[in-house]
Amino acid sequence: MNKQLTIEEFVASLKSGMTIGIGGWGPRRKPMALVRAILRSDLTDLTIVAYGGPEVGMLCAAGKVKKLIFGFVSMDAIPLEPYFRKSREAGALDVLELDEGMLQWGLKAAAFRLPFLPTHVGLGTDVMTHGGFKTVQSPYDDGEVLLAMPALKLDAALLHVHRADRLGNIQALGPDTYYDEWFARAADQTFVSAEEVVERMDHSYPEDARANIVERCFIHGVIAAPLGAHPTSMPPAYGWDMKHLKSYADSAREDGGWDRYLAETIGADEAGYFDRVGGKDAVTALPLPIF
Amino acid sequence: MTTAPEFTLCEQLIVAASEAWRGNGELVATGIGPAPRLAAGLAKLTHTPQLMMTDGEAYLVEDPVPLGPRGYDDLKAAGHLPFSRFFDAAVWSGKRHAMVTPSQIDRFGQTNISYLGGTYDRPKVQMLGARGFPGNSICHINSMFIPQHSKRVFVEGEVDMVSSVGYNPARRTPGANFSRVDLRLIVTDLCVMDFGGTDNAIRVVMLHPGVTFEQVQEATGFALEAATEIRDTPAPTAEQLAIIARLDPHGLRAVVLKDNPAGKRS
Repeated sequence: MNKQLTIEEFVASLKSGMTIGIGGWGPRRKPMALVRAILRSDLTDLTIVAYGGPEVGMLCAAGKVKKLIFGFVSMDAIPLEPYFRKSREAGALDVLELDEGMLQWGLKAAAFRLPFLPTHVGLGTDVMTHGGFKTVQSPYDDGEVLLAMPALKLDAALLHVHRADRLGNIQALGPDTYYDEWFARAADQTFVSAEEVVERMDHSYPEDARANIVERCFIHGVIAAPLGAHPTSMPPAYGWDMKHLKSYADSAREDGGWDRYLAETIGADEAGYFDRVGGKDAVTALPLPIF
Repeated sequence: MTTAPEFTLCEQLIVAASEAWRGNGELVATGIGPAPRLAAGLAKLTHTPQLMMTDGEAYLVEDPVPLGPRGYDDLKAAGHLPFSRFFDAAVWSGKRHAMVTPSQIDRFGQTNISYLGGTYDRPKVQMLGARGFPGNSICHINSMFIPQHSKRVFVEGEVDMVSSVGYNPARRTPGANFSRVDLRLIVTDLCVMDFGGTDNAIRVVMLHPGVTFEQVQEATGFALEAATEIRDTPAPTAEQLAIIARLDPHGLRAVVLKDNPAGKRS
């Protein structure tokens, strides 16, 4: 068994029209190398499910997104994602706007192979009215009416972690693993890029087995992508590149800004990407953000 | 307790806002933005030490983390509360009281951070999205901090997109349980309000010295109620000012209010 793929093999295993979940949270631990591969591809008409950061803005700017299912889209220190904003204000996207908790609840429903999970969340708000959510009544004595959060089934999930092995064992270090494990379990196929791919995790990092956030039966492809979260953060390895994110955000205000970012920064290949953003040493040295 | 000689209005608001958490006990106090965060820290370090809080990221701390640049390892974690556990542990359990700054608030206490104007399919101004507001508002206590009290924030009709639940009877899904909706304080640059009016109507309970009720009403898009006895917002004590200064070593509170006006004592 060897789940290792090249980034080209990864992108070839996706299809236009798929529903793709993206792990991480805002500008944190996003599988940006995989997203860049999608940006360089012919894939289109995607439905994206995410706690969105710059990856959502980039995919919107590139016209890859038919529908967006989101709890928020933000780059933290840059609160409003400019390309997401442009796409929304142009009426260019189908959207399903969710409460953050509803999103993970929908992933859990999919992971458990349930049609829905009940929740209080969304009741009484426009998230419920605009999203067309239905209610369900408790069959027990309380008789409570609850919102039925439908399963968010994914054709594919994309994650970026610190370590993976060829069997699909992965390790995510850092203080928070967000909802990555639920994206993986909600998906038919999960592709994981990693800072480092080893032969066998038990031979290399057995002492960190608790960092194995999701079991390997849910992992279908493993891609080596050192610094693959750039420009988002990858604690404890490296921080986000706020200077880069600022110039990316600024490009949204310039004529042809996105086309220039796509051509000059995303570029033709991942190999040259780091030369275009200041070199691998500079990325490795990015300080961790302070909150 | 001695009253400090000089203070800014922002510091006076931080002290008033810290009162939101008084007596809350063991729950997560979340202040989003510099002033609410300082207010939460002040509450924990003065009247309500039982409060829990995070470093703004993934760890629970017993010493509130100062704002702005610091050493990465300065914080001492006492516990762990990452986003991956946040809904189970703090939000849906009701073990939280958040103070937030929405873009719009209506007379029912419903708020909006999603978009302004236009429609859901094509908003005029897209903002963050509803984030955790629907869940926060139906599961745990919430308060609000508004640095610029105006009709743009306190809107005349309903907010453009109801991101958080308030006390609007027309939005009560029949048979659903809204018993945990619990809105406490709204602290603005003009006054302090609560939801103690008729049917949870918004009510002015404190006026900052020099501000009149009429002035507040003029800056609000809907009719406000007035508490039987409206008090003056107290001046900070020297002890409170010292704690605020320690929690904000870079002076980020100086840019919370336009022109950082001085505070006034009554």
